[in-house]
Amino acid sequence: MSIIILLLIGIAAGIISGMGIGGGAILIPALVIVLNPEQHTAQGVNLIFFIPTAVVALFIHIKNKQIDFKMAIPIIAFGLCGAFLGSWLAARIAGGELKRLFGIFLLSMSLYEMLRKGKNPGEKAIQRARNEKQ
Amino acid sequence: MKSKTDRIVKYFKYALIGLVTGTANGLFGSGGGTIAVPAMVHLLEAEEHKAHATAIAVILPLTIVSSVFYITKGYVDWDLTLKVTAGGLAGGYIGARLLAVCPEKLLRKIFAVFMAAAGIRMIL
Repeated sequence: MSIIILLLIGIAAGIISGMGIGGGAILIPALVIVLNPEQHTAQGVNLIFFIPTAVVALFIHIKNKQIDFKMAIPIIAFGLCGAFLGSWLAARIAGGELKRLFGIFLLSMSLYEMLRKGKNPGEKAIQRARNEKQ
Repeated sequence: MKSKTDRIVKYFKYALIGLVTGTANGLFGSGGGTIAVPAMVHLLEAEEHKAHATAIAVILPLTIVSSVFYITKGYVDWDLTLKVTAGGLAGGYIGARLLAVCPEKLLRKIFAVFMAAAGIRMIL
């Protein structure tokens, strides 16, 4: 029974990551609400979960020359400092508190997602490109 | 020719995006892409699809660093992770098919409602 639920959660997260929103926003709350693991454990699942899918996607994007390395490299350099800081902070926050903080983060992401409609200049260009392909 | 100030401003933006993305990704084990993609689009005027691809290149090394940290702290349950990842690989395939038949706008709306409900539930 629990295996089926885990697979379903994985499938839901996989669908969402395919849309480029980030599967963690589904995966972590679904795990926490259904199985109630420690918040850190749920976040750990998501971190590892991301790696194989990202490696595959990265290869495809490199092949298609879709990655702007000039932009990526400096962001990575600063991002690594952030990754250390964030993980260090996570280790210092108790599970219950981290869960609440995560909830606030999730709520703000959902507000952004609801409000961003029609504001994106890039979306129209993608839609146009898609239509041309068909 | 770009002025020196322009370059400084640009690097300041890189630093800001990197630090915020990395910190969120480490603290919450997720959310890096949700921050990096719109930040690159709005602050650096990147094209949307290029921003998506570049975000993956950015977040992968950050996630590896955070993962190592989580593993050493004993936060990774490998049995749980393996089962969910298996579902996720299937989901990636199903997701690509689903996107072809179901409008992305609708999926995004359903998703945003789920996030709001889950967020409130986790706060309370």
